[in-house]
Order: sequence, then C-alpha cells, then structure tokens
Amino acid sequence: MSAAGAIQVDDLRVERSADSTPIVHGVSFTLGAGEVLGIVGESGSGKSTLGLALLGFTKPGARVAGGSVRIGGRDIMSLPGDELRALRRTRLSYVPQDPGMSLNPALTVGRQLREVLPPGEGLQRIYDVLGEVGLPATDALLARKPGELSGGQQQRVGIAMAVIPRPELIVLDEPTTGLDVTTQLMVLDLVADLTREYGMTAVYISHDLGVIARVSDTVAVLKDGVIVEHGPATGVLRAPGEPYTRSLMDAVPSLHGESRTRRRPPEDATVLSVNGLAAGYGNTTVLRDVSLDVRRGECVAIVGESGSGKSTLSRTIIGLHGRDAGRVRLDGVDLAASVTRRSVAERRAMQYVFQNPYASLQPRRTVGESIELPLRQLGIATGAAARERVRAAVERVHLDPELLSRFPADLSGGQRQRVAIARSLVCDPRVLVCDEVTSALDVTVQAAVLDLLQELLAGGLSILFVTHNMAVVNEISHRVVVLRGGVIVEEGATDAVLRSPQHEYTRTLMSNTLDVDGQVGVR
Amino acid sequence: MSAPRAGRGRSVTWTWQLIVGVTAITMTCLLAFVGPFLAPHSTSEILGRPFGPPEPGALLGFDVLGRDVVSRLLSGGLSLVTMATIAASLGTIVGAFIGLVAASASPRVDAVIMRCLDLVLAFPTIVLALLFVAILGAHPALIVGIVALGHTPSVARIVRGAAGSIVSRDYVAWARSIGMRWSTIMTREVIPNIMSPLMVEFGLRLMWSVGSIAALSFLGYGIQPPAADWGLMVSENKSALSQQPLSVVAPILAIAVFTIGANLIAEGLARHVARTEGRSR
Repeated sequence: MSAAGAIQVDDLRVERSADSTPIVHGVSFTLGAGEVLGIVGESGSGKSTLGLALLGFTKPGARVAGGSVRIGGRDIMSLPGDELRALRRTRLSYVPQDPGMSLNPALTVGRQLREVLPPGEGLQRIYDVLGEVGLPATDALLARKPGELSGGQQQRVGIAMAVIPRPELIVLDEPTTGLDVTTQLMVLDLVADLTREYGMTAVYISHDLGVIARVSDTVAVLKDGVIVEHGPATGVLRAPGEPYTRSLMDAVPSLHGESRTRRRPPEDATVLSVNGLAAGYGNTTVLRDVSLDVRRGECVAIVGESGSGKSTLSRTIIGLHGRDAGRVRLDGVDLAASVTRRSVAERRAMQYVFQNPYASLQPRRTVGESIELPLRQLGIATGAAARERVRAAVERVHLDPELLSRFPADLSGGQRQRVAIARSLVCDPRVLVCDEVTSALDVTVQAAVLDLLQELLAGGLSILFVTHNMAVVNEISHRVVVLRGGVIVEEGATDAVLRSPQHEYTRTLMSNTLDVDGQVGVR
Repeated sequence: MSAPRAGRGRSVTWTWQLIVGVTAITMTCLLAFVGPFLAPHSTSEILGRPFGPPEPGALLGFDVLGRDVVSRLLSGGLSLVTMATIAASLGTIVGAFIGLVAASASPRVDAVIMRCLDLVLAFPTIVLALLFVAILGAHPALIVGIVALGHTPSVARIVRGAAGSIVSRDYVAWARSIGMRWSTIMTREVIPNIMSPLMVEFGLRLMWSVGSIAALSFLGYGIQPPAADWGLMVSENKSALSQQPLSVVAPILAIAVFTIGANLIAEGLARHVARTEGRSR
C-alpha cells in the first residue's frame, strides 16, 4: 500500500460532554502503512477512549473536542455522518476487548461474517480469512452461534470480522485479556502476521507490557490522557526515558527475576494437607488424585491453563464444590466435603479470595459492612470490637478508611480486591485460598497486591495461589504445582521448576508467558 | 408502598413517574379510606329516579336503582383497594419464595417446581376464581386467595430468572463459604439485587388484581349487591352508558387512576434501582 495509507493523528482531544473534563488531550502521532503501534496505560488512562476516537467514535457522555485523524489524507473528524460510516465499513476495523459480549449471540458466525463481506466479493474470502486466523474453514463452524465457541475461537471470529473488509487501520482493544497464555500467544502472532501480509496499520491497546513488546513496532505510553513517552518498541522498553514507563516496567512480574518471597523460607509445620482428591461435574471427572501440602508461612502456586481444573481444586478445598474421593486436612484434622458441614472454627481458619473483585463484592452493601459481615456470621465479634477489627484489617491491606462507607461501585479494581482480601483477613485465617486474584488487575495494582500477599506470608499466613501466569508464580510462591487435565504433572520448589522444568507442559507454559525482557525485538 | 431498601445511602430521585404515581395513589387511597366517612348519603338509600341526571346534592346523578353515585363512589373503593393490595402482596411474596427456591435448587427439583407452576398457569385466574366462587361462595378472603394464587406462577418465573443469575455470582459463593444459611443468603444477598424486576412485577400484579377483582364483581361473582364497589358499579350501571355515563365513567376512572398510579410508582422505583445497579457493574 502507498504512503496514502498512513495514519496521521494531530492534537486529538476527547472530553466528557457534561463538564468538559479532558479524557484524552493533545495526542499526536504518525503511523506508516503496515506499522503496529502499541498503546500502554493503566485503567483510566484513556487508552480505550483514544482507540475509539481513532475511528471517529466516542462512548456516550464523551465527545471529540478537537484535533484531526487523517487516514489516506482525509480527516475523518470532518467527514459527514454517512461518509464516516461508509469509511468505517470499508477501511477501519475494531476488535473489542470481550468478543463474547460483542458478537451477536442469536446469529450464526457465518451470518455475522457475511455482514462485513465487501460487496461483489465471494464467500471464498470468508473461508480464506478463517484459515488465516486459524479457524477451520468449514460450514459446520459457520453454522455455529458464538455461545458454542470457546473464548479463543470467539476472539478469532472477532479478528476475522475485522480483517475480511481489508481495512487500512485496525484498532485492537485488549483483545487477549481473559485468554490463557497459550491462546494469547497465538492471537498475538496472528495479528503480527496479518499486518505484515496486508500492509494493515494496527493500533494495539493493552495494559500488559509483555504483550505490547511482542506485537509493536512503536510504543506510546499513555498516562491521564497524555502520551508521556513514544518511540520504537526496542528503545522505549529497553531503556525507558520516563520514570512512569520505568515504574510500569518494574511492576511487570518477571520469569527470571529474584523473588522476595523465597528469601524467607516457610516454617516446618504443615497447615493444609490435601490427599488423593478427586472431583467432577456430573459424570465428568475434572480432578484426579491430587495431593499437596502447604506449610505455615508458605505460598504454594497451582498453575495451569483454563480447563486444567485449578479452580475446581480450590473450590473443592474450600468446600464449595463436592468431592468424589480423597481428604482435606487442616492442622491434621479432616475437613468435611461441604462447607456447610464444617465447624465455625474450620470455616474461619480457611478463607477464599475470588478472581474477579467486580463480582465477589455484594454491590448493595458498603465496604465496611462487607468486611464486618464474616465477624458477625462466624460469631467472632460485634459492635465496637468488630469495628476495631475492621479498622485493623483495612490498615493491613493499606486501604483508606474513608472508603468504608462507600459502595463497591465507587471503588477501583485494585481497591475492591483489597476489600476482598481484608474481608478474609478480618477473621485471622490460617490459610488463604487465592483464585487468580490478580488476573483482572493492572500490572501496577497486581504488583501492589503481590506485595501485600508477601507481607502476609511473612506474618505466618499460608497461601494457596491459583494462577495461569508463570511470572507471577516466580514472584510469589515457594513451591509450584502444575496441573493439566486435572492431574498434577509436575511439582517442586519454584526455583527448581522454573530453572529446569521437567514436564513438557511446564516448558510450554513458560515459553508462552510473555515477560518484557524476553519479548523486546521479537517482532 | 414501602420505599426500597435497595438504595441505602442514596436518596430516591423524584422522576415524573414517581411524582405522578405517588399523587395518583394518594388520591385514590384517600378516596377509598376516607371516602366512606364523607359520603353524604347511605349507599343503599334510594334518593332519585333510576339513572337520573346530576342535580344539586347529587353531582354525579343516580344509578340503576336511583341511589346517589357520589356516595357509592366514595364508599366503593375500600374493598377493591384493600383486596387488590393484599392479593398482589400475597401473590408476590409466595411467588418470590417459590422462585427463589427454584433458582437455588438442583436442576431436577427446579424442573418439577416449574412444571407445577405451569399447571396453575394453564387456568386463567378468572376461570379459577369463577370455579371456586361458584362452589364455595363469594367470600372476600377466598377471592383474595384465588387472585393471589393466580399471580404466583408468573412472579415465580420472573424471580427465578432474575435470581438465577445472582445465585451463581461470586459474592453468593463467598457467603456460602463462610457458612451463611440459605434464608440469610436469599434475604441479604439475593433479594436486594433483584428488587428492580420484583418492584415492576409487584406493580403489574397490583394492576392485574384490581382488574380481576373488578371483573369478578362485574360478572356478579365478587362483591355482592347491595354493597358499594367500583367494579360492581360498572356492572350495574353499564346499560345506561349513553343515558347516564357518569355512573359508569366515575368508577372506571377511579380504578384506572389507582392502577396507573401503582404502575408509575413501580416503574419509577425500578428505574432508580436500575440506575444504582448500573453503577456497580
């Protein structure tokens, strides 16, 4: 494609329509044909707003306040509505964060793909693109509805929809968030291949620096709606000039870095012991003969991809999911399979923290009430004593006591996860079962939560940490258990497993984990 | 109607629906509860000729037997308003309970419950009511019970659907993990989060209750003459719709204002609840 395919953005500004608060201000950059720009920023930095504005679109409640976006020499901001729509139909594409939410659940995949087929082009185009995005180019697939596809397949359909019209600019807004590492890597390489093949210009938005390092030619770091650093990916990520970029880089857990956790070995006493555990749904067995021990002050990581049974394992241990065989012992005492059969003291000693802090707090209860609830429920304290404990728990997770009277909706993701942890800590548990507690959070927030967990470990708490991220494993855990298809395929001290993984599956998981150092310059 | 506990800490915004709805309900309730004491004449006293036109002292004219329409209108709301409110509340409470049980039960129990409800649903309320009233007589308590029974399947369906997505949320799983009882989980974790569909459903049920009870009176199986009742008044005076329309239109208007008011309040509250819910996702 010629130089006319280049994208020029000049002084682009987006503001909230109600009070003219700027969301994105004064963003300028130029992109050549076939170039991939990675936009990095934390939640609230305005990166999604910027991505949409490149397509001449704003979310309700926001408006473009000024500046221009030139595509092929024409400023799309000054185009009349119907011409802008025609342009979006043919030359601009968007891949949203959650394809499960953006595909129409009632229409078949084929029907939705045909909608974007340029006029005059045959169905062959659809089959070709399906092949390119790594989906079977069969009528069986086209006849399916989005609900019958896995998350990774849905995302491929989303990308196919964006690619079929042969756009000049494609904006991808965190398309791999929520996918496990292996699928994520496939999607990233697919995006890189497609831009190279079609000469498409792409803007890739993510909070994950490892992802950005993998796909981008140039990187722009966005903070509070302003680009604070912009340059070639190798330059920005190898030698960041801005302190903000450096703090983002430091927050990314590394596969090879030294872990603070392991400088302090756990005590000898075994707190939680799982023996020959098996569980399933109906006739399907998802967990077979799983055994593990957690000692006092120790963090044991359970790693695996989605479908490996790691969440079922943690729910079976806590007693939310029934077990078919095996035993779970806390301080040598057998625990009943169901949480309802366990004694108050047993429920108190083992607490669960959920993956998604947006779903684990009751929206109609204030933060303070949520944290106080287990105290009343487990008969630990009431009145002034309870308030004192809540205050102490809030202090332990470094949460502003002001927030106690707020509702979860008023809190950020990181604050909510702190509330969820405080709610568990308030009962002085001996074991914390953490199910992917950082995967919904920004890297900087993730780093803060990991710091907090490290403090708690040092205080003698035992943690069972479920995750799919090997770099987080390296950061937090003493020992690691690798789960695949409901079976433990490898376990051992984290250092040993990460340095010389014995099982091939562990090696695959590790090589699919994107840490910034390993990825810069791959493209 | 009671204010929802849902938006604790946030005051209800007075949308036009709420203002109009509260005004309408207050007016009809005043009419129904205070009216009987203000009635200038007895409801059974014959004061004029049948279907006599309005005259000073009888502003809405006379009904089929020559009784004062104003007095009958003032006295005729009490039974309808109380019976409809009790029937709607009873139906909503029982239906909500069944819906919550179905939502949290195993798929098999859920299926059994829902098929039983289908059975009730298969009989139109009015047919059910006519059947029982014909056998057992027109006791107000029986009518309220039957109308409430007619409401339960649809309330249960709505609640089961709304609660079904809540019981699988992580905060419910967490509540279970600290050993919270089923009843506590339902009242503290689930119900506050389904208030918006529940309120709308209650408004609808109130409207249907008024409709059913008025219709029963109209058909002669509800409130029995010579008692004053808005539904009965429509029935008794319908033959004179062209001759003395006020005797029919006045009770119809009272019924309409009451039901529309109930619906506007339900909708206004639902919008308020939905707004605060929207912020939490």
